[in-house]
Amino acid sequence: MTFDLIAQSGDFFQERSGSGCVAENGFCPDWIADNYDRYVTPFFEHVLLTVVPVGIGFAIAFTLALLAHRRQWLIGPITGVTGALYTIPSVAFFFLLQPLTGLGNTTAIVALTCYTLLIIFRNVITGLRSVPAEAKDAARGMGLTENQMLLRVELPLAVPELLAGLRIATTTTVGLAALAFLAGAGGLGAELDRLPSFKSNVVVAGGLSVLLAAVLDLMILTVQRLVTPWERASA
Amino acid sequence: MSTTLAFLGQFGDAVEFIFKERESVGGGVQVGGLGEIGDLGWTHLKVSLAAMLVACAVSIPIGLYLGHKGRGEFLAISVSNVGRAVPAVVLLFFFLAYVGNGFRNVALVLILLAIPPILTNTYVGTRQVDREIVDAARGMGMSGAQIVRSVRLPLAMPTIFAGIRTSTVSVLATATIGPYANLQTLGEPILSPQTYGFAGGLGAAIVVAFMTLVADAGIGLTQQAVTPKGIKLAEGPRRQRARLALPTRRREAAT
Repeated sequence: MTFDLIAQSGDFFQERSGSGCVAENGFCPDWIADNYDRYVTPFFEHVLLTVVPVGIGFAIAFTLALLAHRRQWLIGPITGVTGALYTIPSVAFFFLLQPLTGLGNTTAIVALTCYTLLIIFRNVITGLRSVPAEAKDAARGMGLTENQMLLRVELPLAVPELLAGLRIATTTTVGLAALAFLAGAGGLGAELDRLPSFKSNVVVAGGLSVLLAAVLDLMILTVQRLVTPWERASA
Repeated sequence: MSTTLAFLGQFGDAVEFIFKERESVGGGVQVGGLGEIGDLGWTHLKVSLAAMLVACAVSIPIGLYLGHKGRGEFLAISVSNVGRAVPAVVLLFFFLAYVGNGFRNVALVLILLAIPPILTNTYVGTRQVDREIVDAARGMGMSGAQIVRSVRLPLAMPTIFAGIRTSTVSVLATATIGPYANLQTLGEPILSPQTYGFAGGLGAAIVVAFMTLVADAGIGLTQQAVTPKGIKLAEGPRRQRARLALPTRRREAAT
């Protein structure tokens, strides 16, 4: 596989002639300052490629987890299926889906959603399981029905574990979305792919994806702190 | 109906690519067939295996040491958090731009990728061995090294293997983007559609997916084989947790 920079990006090369640093594929703050606007659209594509799959994945996995919470025998099969999906390498997955969904956002979003399922499902189940038996007994003693107990006791107590799963799913998805360009969905990975040996490009595009992962992670952590004040009190 | 047929047709074409040579899209050269897929697959396996061996050799001793001494919890845990935040692709591209191409560099990226899960799991597995068991071993006159080798290591085995399993899957997956660094792995037909066509890409994707699933299942079986009988009998839920390849919540919350 050859990477012919000129063939791949003639327009980049024209802008890049002149300055020695850029011509040598170096790390050039000036070039970055002049060109940061080319990363804005890919960045927001990347945000979309992260938030949408995590959102859909959460809806599916959460529903599955509630089902499996009532019918425990479902846990094994669901873990097995989502686990197999999780194991398929992303590059391959983006390709395997193309006969069905073609090139574009749909393929990327379906694949990325599949990767979030196992992580979120596993954490919701673990969270619900770790609710102390005393708390459930107390709730039963107060006359709560199973549904009331789920809503008012079990789910609130499972929130930290649930959000921990959401954090892992989000950072993982940011990373996997960097390959979504193979499914024709753009994102920061597409920028990496355009000029893979130009240091300035790699630092900005790669750095932005790491930054995105860190920011989203912190946001969820903040939400977790806000909705579970009792965790802080005991710590 | 016609979409279903087209769908099956594309998969049939891809499977044929795996087993039978054909002319490339541009013409002139023969591509595909078991010979080429075998070569690409062999390189893929070689670089993954090399990376896994080095990663295990580095992280298991460190994890055992830190876990036994109860030191460096922050390091052992946060290494996997940081590892998750830096995507494999980004890491590969960084290496490409700053270090260069070739087998050694791809292997290095894969090693860096494989270390965090193994290190964290070894640490957590070693650490979570009951104090009473360790005290009993010490009371029997075992030295520190003996405790690590005959008590902590066997009891931590399931957790360590869960880490190895996670790492192996991500290493095999990431080796697919090896062609970016001029290493001809199974990613080659996927990343060069102008030569291999869509069937080639799909065929290679099928082989990669199959290989990963087999490796995952294989390590899963090994994991059960190395789990001490005592743990299998005594620990229902906790063993399940280890099998799911996640550190326990208590440790994770500590970061």
